[in-house]
Amino acid sequence: MTEPLLEVNDLHVRFPVQRNLLGRVTVENHAVSGVDLTLRGGETLGLVGESGCGKTTLGRTIVGAQKATSGTIVYEGSELTSLKNRERGRYRRQIRMVFQDPFSSLNPRMTLRQIIGDPLIAGGEARGSELEDRVAEMMRRVGLSPDYMDRYPHAFSGGQRQRVNIARALIVGPKLVVADEPVSALDVSVRAQILNLLRELQEEFGLTYLFISHDLSVVENIADRVAVMYFGKIVELADTAELYENPSHPYTEALMSAVPIPDPSRRGRTGRVLLPDDLPDPTNPPPGCAFASRCRHTEAGRCDVGVVPLVEGLRCVRGGELELQGIVASETDA
Amino acid sequence: MTLKTGLPDGEGADASDAKGNVERATASQRTLVWWAFKKHKLAVVSAWILIAMLVVIVLTEFVAPYGARHRDSEYTTAPPQVLKLWDTDGEDGFRWGLHVDGHVSEQDPRSLRITYEPDPDDRVEVGFFVKGDEYRLFGLIPWDRHLIGPKHHGDPMYLLGTTTDGQDLFSQIVYATRVSASVGIIGVLLAFALGIALGAVSGYFGGWIDNIIQRLIELFMAVPSIPLWLGIAAALPPHMGPVTRYFIITTILALVAWTGLAREVRGRFLALRSEEFVTSALLDGSGHGRVMFRHMLPSFSSHIIAALSLSIPSMILAETSLSWLGLGLRPPAVSWGVQLQDASKWSVLSNAPWLLIPGLCVVIAVLAFNFVGDGLRDAADPYKH
Repeated sequence: MTEPLLEVNDLHVRFPVQRNLLGRVTVENHAVSGVDLTLRGGETLGLVGESGCGKTTLGRTIVGAQKATSGTIVYEGSELTSLKNRERGRYRRQIRMVFQDPFSSLNPRMTLRQIIGDPLIAGGEARGSELEDRVAEMMRRVGLSPDYMDRYPHAFSGGQRQRVNIARALIVGPKLVVADEPVSALDVSVRAQILNLLRELQEEFGLTYLFISHDLSVVENIADRVAVMYFGKIVELADTAELYENPSHPYTEALMSAVPIPDPSRRGRTGRVLLPDDLPDPTNPPPGCAFASRCRHTEAGRCDVGVVPLVEGLRCVRGGELELQGIVASETDA
Repeated sequence: MTLKTGLPDGEGADASDAKGNVERATASQRTLVWWAFKKHKLAVVSAWILIAMLVVIVLTEFVAPYGARHRDSEYTTAPPQVLKLWDTDGEDGFRWGLHVDGHVSEQDPRSLRITYEPDPDDRVEVGFFVKGDEYRLFGLIPWDRHLIGPKHHGDPMYLLGTTTDGQDLFSQIVYATRVSASVGIIGVLLAFALGIALGAVSGYFGGWIDNIIQRLIELFMAVPSIPLWLGIAAALPPHMGPVTRYFIITTILALVAWTGLAREVRGRFLALRSEEFVTSALLDGSGHGRVMFRHMLPSFSSHIIAALSLSIPSMILAETSLSWLGLGLRPPAVSWGVQLQDASKWSVLSNAPWLLIPGLCVVIAVLAFNFVGDGLRDAADPYKH
């Protein structure tokens, strides 16, 4: 096993919702509440979960766009959350982010040269013809013609814009890329191209990806391991094939049953697991398992008390007792 | 597991290679705004009026037929003289030649009222680029040519009539244009510097900084502006030179006007702060100043210019009212407001309606700025479709 590149320990991110007259926070939204995660060099870790489960907040906290409330993020042995903005600068070039929305993430008033070259200009790293060379090289690498350097983003399609986003993230030579739903806004046909591009770049530059998505089929396609997040916590973490075929957490099972599968022979036997729409209040998390209110395997007295720890990649007190249904592996997969 | 899709060289890129598309794709925001602005006919016409006004502001002394101090005591409150291209009463009958007819004046012995009748025999020849009163162009180059004027220096040629003091109204309006329009423009620029700086900081950082600045703005807005102007203007020492007075009045107007602009800028920053390109600029390692003024401000610079031209009229109107009330600029400085003081008496108005022409200038200038502002505002966001 390779040395971990990034280690997230007991990370909490809370947003103030309400303050009293003195400015003290009285109500908080627990977006990320106690996440432990390890990223190995060179792997792709998929992070899945439903909207609002905190996966984007987790990604933003790792790149430093969001402040952590408590917990640590250790990157190659250095702790990041306690660093001041200035000291963090060096790590901003090592950990980069690819954004979800290819439209709002590109400044409409800047040319591709300015957008892709921005990290170099901001860091005072390159200017003039050197900047142009590096931007051109990067554009070629992501499959954009350098002739388009002086065009504005409005002239490009969603897929091309996402290539621009990738180019900007990679131009400073990062090791870790947090890709926040990088293909969710794209057409299905373009999606595969971007995924392949990400895979090629990973091989070429030895990148490590934290791939955030709510689309399980995309994650199955690209990730080596998958972490399932629910209500600010990781509830299950396993190798991709293992997780998809034999989910151990009832929430994972529910997610898997929601994946549309065109091949009837791969469909599970039990059919869909429908979840009641009964999310707990994020400003006031319940004791025990956060999923208890929606889980069909809930056992009163065990599931709704105390703290459920993450043991061997599973956060469920009934782990091992349950027969859960995954997705049957396709025949063609090796 | 690999998806069987070839890696393209930028999908859809080939479609944008047509000539027109290239032009559009590389068109900067300014170009796109200009294309949209051109469709607004009224705004384009107004823009020409504003350009003419700018020329007048720059070349004031050249455009005005007479110098600022020219006074003709024989021709007080004389009506406008019509510019004629030819006449038929010379020795040969018909003849060409740009000229105006002189006046015969007659004073009523009982009411002391002077009436003027055009005298076709008194021909005042008019020419372009004629010699007239000496002046310094741009305050530097001594010159004595005027765009239009009587060929014989000293002949009366009052195209828009004269004032009650016997000054050429046209020349006075030209001088007033420089003062009134520049009060508006300079005042708005001052207000904008303040408004953008505070609005940007307020909207970008939010939190308690935002709170303090917003409360400050509310405080400024709560002070009734007319009494404030009157108070400050009345407090100015009366013997103050016209230039100092001009700058102080401009500053006062700017101090009252910046709040609305700061609000506008703050709103824009607040809306943009949540855009992902701002986050990504920060992650690129840009400092807050660079993010604010390099990444964010350019995305609504056209909105700012639109807001700018929309707020100039209120400045011009404010200066006009202040000066008209006698609290703003005072003679010998001329502005439209100062000129309109002349026209504030009914007896003057009924006899000399041309003294209202400065008011017409105010209306035209205000409308022109408003139309241009409207056109810019509509054109400001070329990406909305």
